[in-house]
Amino acid sequence: MAVRYSFGGDEHIFVEVGQEMSLEAFFKSLSITNAVRESRIKGVTEICPANASFQIKFDPDLIAPDDMLSELKRLESAADTPDPSLKTRIIEIPVLYNDPWTRETLMRFRERHQDPAATDIEYATRINNFATVDDFIAAHSGSPWFVSMVGFVAGLPFLYQMVERSRQIEAPKYLRPRTDTPKLTIGHGGCFSCIYSVRGAGGYQMFGITPMPIYDPRQEISYLREFMALFRPGDMVKWKPVTVEAYHDAVADVEAGRLQPLMRDVTFSLKEFERDIAGYNSKLERTLHGH
Amino acid sequence: MAIEIVAPGLATTVQDLGRPGYYHLGIPLSGGMDRLALQAANLLVGNDPGAAVLEAVFMGPQIVFADDRMVAVTGAELPPKVDDEPRATWTSFLVKAGQTLSFDFLKKGARAYIAIGGGVDVPVVLGSRSTYALGALGGHEGRKLQAGDRLKLGASGKPVKEGRAVAADLRRGPGDTVSLRVLPGLYWHRVADQSGRNFFADSWKVAPEADRIAYRFRGGRPLEFVPRTPPFGAGSDPSNIVDACYPYGSIQVPGGSEPIVLHRDAVSGGGYFMLGTVISADMDLIGQLQPHTPVHFAPIEMKEALAARAARKALLSRLYASLA
Repeated sequence: MAVRYSFGGDEHIFVEVGQEMSLEAFFKSLSITNAVRESRIKGVTEICPANASFQIKFDPDLIAPDDMLSELKRLESAADTPDPSLKTRIIEIPVLYNDPWTRETLMRFRERHQDPAATDIEYATRINNFATVDDFIAAHSGSPWFVSMVGFVAGLPFLYQMVERSRQIEAPKYLRPRTDTPKLTIGHGGCFSCIYSVRGAGGYQMFGITPMPIYDPRQEISYLREFMALFRPGDMVKWKPVTVEAYHDAVADVEAGRLQPLMRDVTFSLKEFERDIAGYNSKLERTLHGH
Repeated sequence: MAIEIVAPGLATTVQDLGRPGYYHLGIPLSGGMDRLALQAANLLVGNDPGAAVLEAVFMGPQIVFADDRMVAVTGAELPPKVDDEPRATWTSFLVKAGQTLSFDFLKKGARAYIAIGGGVDVPVVLGSRSTYALGALGGHEGRKLQAGDRLKLGASGKPVKEGRAVAADLRRGPGDTVSLRVLPGLYWHRVADQSGRNFFADSWKVAPEADRIAYRFRGGRPLEFVPRTPPFGAGSDPSNIVDACYPYGSIQVPGGSEPIVLHRDAVSGGGYFMLGTVISADMDLIGQLQPHTPVHFAPIEMKEALAARAARKALLSRLYASLA
């Protein structure tokens, strides 16, 4: 992987670790950004890992742009480890696939879609060669996903499916972005899924909705009191398909302050994962459920 | 003590110098778009230069004061009035208990900064009082002001006289034509050679879609791209990239047609290529651009970007010294 550096004006350095998305590029960018954080370079104000790249914001009055660049190049070579691993968390997210709210929204924006006669999930089912929507849901919820980036808007996770590339779900974004997306919609664009943390514009296909808030600027929701956004880059997500009844129960639990996300600490090894993807994912799922 | 918003204007928000440190979680800096004007307004009324002020865009609010406060309005030429009596911009004036601060029509620029002695005392969220409306965060209830809102004020700071003014050569606003200096880079290599030259040669105009998140521009020729096989995960459009972090001031051109420059409430990342970044010294200026203003983008090198940054810093030092 040839790493490419470029200045974003006088206050940012953008570092493209890979042109295409891969877990290797994601891991490398995450480990360099961790090294940048640990090295406490004077003048660094923001450290932002992304899918296959990262960005550093710095104060050029405190560190000259060329010196910042040299520091990053030094950390890049130090971050190359033969067996990258990551101490992280796996979090279960309940999803009501094919829900009435995203369906109502997608019907309002049909003329902006590739296939106005189908719903988003029917369209994704067809272009990914699944026989039925249920098969598609089984595939979408069958493996964990990596939070490869948090952003766009506050607390929104981009999620990368942890399966062989040939099995990854892919879908184009809407032809023209919608002006509305329900809060907590599960979306998908390119090879990434996401959870819309707030209501607003969006271009990803809409597959379902979660009852579990992931961003709370008032910090009233029990598990968001410490910090208002749930996700960090490097977290893992496992979707859990739920029924309409279970969805409403979960919403009531959130309102009553009873909902505690199922979440476990894990150490992820890229090498072990690549050796046996299906086996490793089953192990992660057992860890999640405490077996 | 407090102020009451009788009429909010178009999109008036509480802003200070912003909220660094959370961009990796999608929470942008926010804060005043014209930071020089924001600091000048605070200094005029004896506040800390980074105290929270009101940022009014295009149209001023109407505000009733509960106690005597020194006030200053800087940035856009949005003439203030106290009980309908005109007051000068860039100059401190007193508003007494029970009096109403209102505004005449906008003469020039886009955003006025209304500093009130003691500062606007909304809760500090993640280190700042700035409003980030997209995330319903900070400011007054995470949103733009509405009629009937009551805002607490801090204790009046050091007493200052009425009629303190910012010298004319220390005020900055847009001229009739505007040049925004750009450091080409990021995904500049995706743009075909001739097309890149066109981008800087063409005359652009600020589009109506211009807000705290981003300014959009229209009128130049569409971009052509260097042919490629789309990288996995990027998407099929030639303007797509694997979703990445967006610098403040970065210029993305979705579909190659309309450049969008991100500002203080930036979306932190996404899947569109960027051809370069407006330099830090010119970001204040963008916040003062009205729709339809003609704009040129001028390519410069890092050396010039740093010189422009130093010049802005020197201007700010002179401003501080003159109002110390």
